[in-house]
Amino acid sequence: MSLISGLNKEFESRVRLGIMSVLMVNDWVDFTEMKNLLQVTDGNLASHSTALEKNEYIEIKKEFVGKKPRTSYKITEAGKLAFQQHLAFLEKIMRQ
Amino acid sequence: MDQKISDDLAHIRSMMESSSRFLSLSGLSGIGAGIVGLVTGTVAMYLTNGKIQYLRSNYIQPYESYMVKLLILLGASALLLAIFCGCYFTVRKSKKLGLQIWTATTKKILVQLAIPLAVGGMFVLALLQYNLYGLIAGTTLIFYGLALVNAEKYTYSDIKYLGFLEIILGCLSLFFIGKGLIFWTIGFGVLHIVYGIILYRKYK
Repeated sequence: MSLISGLNKEFESRVRLGIMSVLMVNDWVDFTEMKNLLQVTDGNLASHSTALEKNEYIEIKKEFVGKKPRTSYKITEAGKLAFQQHLAFLEKIMRQ
Repeated sequence: MDQKISDDLAHIRSMMESSSRFLSLSGLSGIGAGIVGLVTGTVAMYLTNGKIQYLRSNYIQPYESYMVKLLILLGASALLLAIFCGCYFTVRKSKKLGLQIWTATTKKILVQLAIPLAVGGMFVLALLQYNLYGLIAGTTLIFYGLALVNAEKYTYSDIKYLGFLEIILGCLSLFFIGKGLIFWTIGFGVLHIVYGIILYRKYK
């Protein structure tokens, strides 16, 4: 049971797992692209990304392209580390 | 619990793949482009028959200018047709799978393909300028192969083997001057068809 307690609660949701996975292998990813990749609603993505930002796992950049606002995401060093640890735990549990 | 974890891991893997690799590439695109290549190569050999003696070793005779224009026209239309085939089947596949087509990954793969192809194109223009037709087929094979190897990390990594084969074929053809069209037809025709079939069966 001690192994399971090592799992990061922040990554329990599928959406957060998806966001982190995409950001592990990409640089900046914008809102629309992320939404299409994960196939989630605007609100769903917004709330989960805000939660991840609060934990400083991802960085959110808001800018204007012409008159349109654009939101992009990028993983932070802390986020990378936390996700790698989470992944290592998942794999460890699977091996047992 | 175990089920959830293995689902999580599968989800992570699939998100990483689909966000960084262009997975809509259809084997049918390769087969279509290959048929175009095969027909074009055969027509070109037929047109130039007599100008190049395939049975004599390493013999080349300069083409007359109408023949050069004809071959350029043939090559350019084959290129357009092959690109059309490539796009058509790939767009069709991504619609079927419900994948996005115009993503950051698509742009990346196009840029990676375009760099060696643009340089190769310039090189071929220079060869044309100096009437060095004998080296053109090999050059197109080499730069196309380099483009595939370069784009490998953004799509099915299998395309790098096709790239290596094209490069080897291109290099070989440089030393069999006068037989370029045979190598060209094998590289752009036969190899594309074979690879298209392999890809199609593997990633259906």
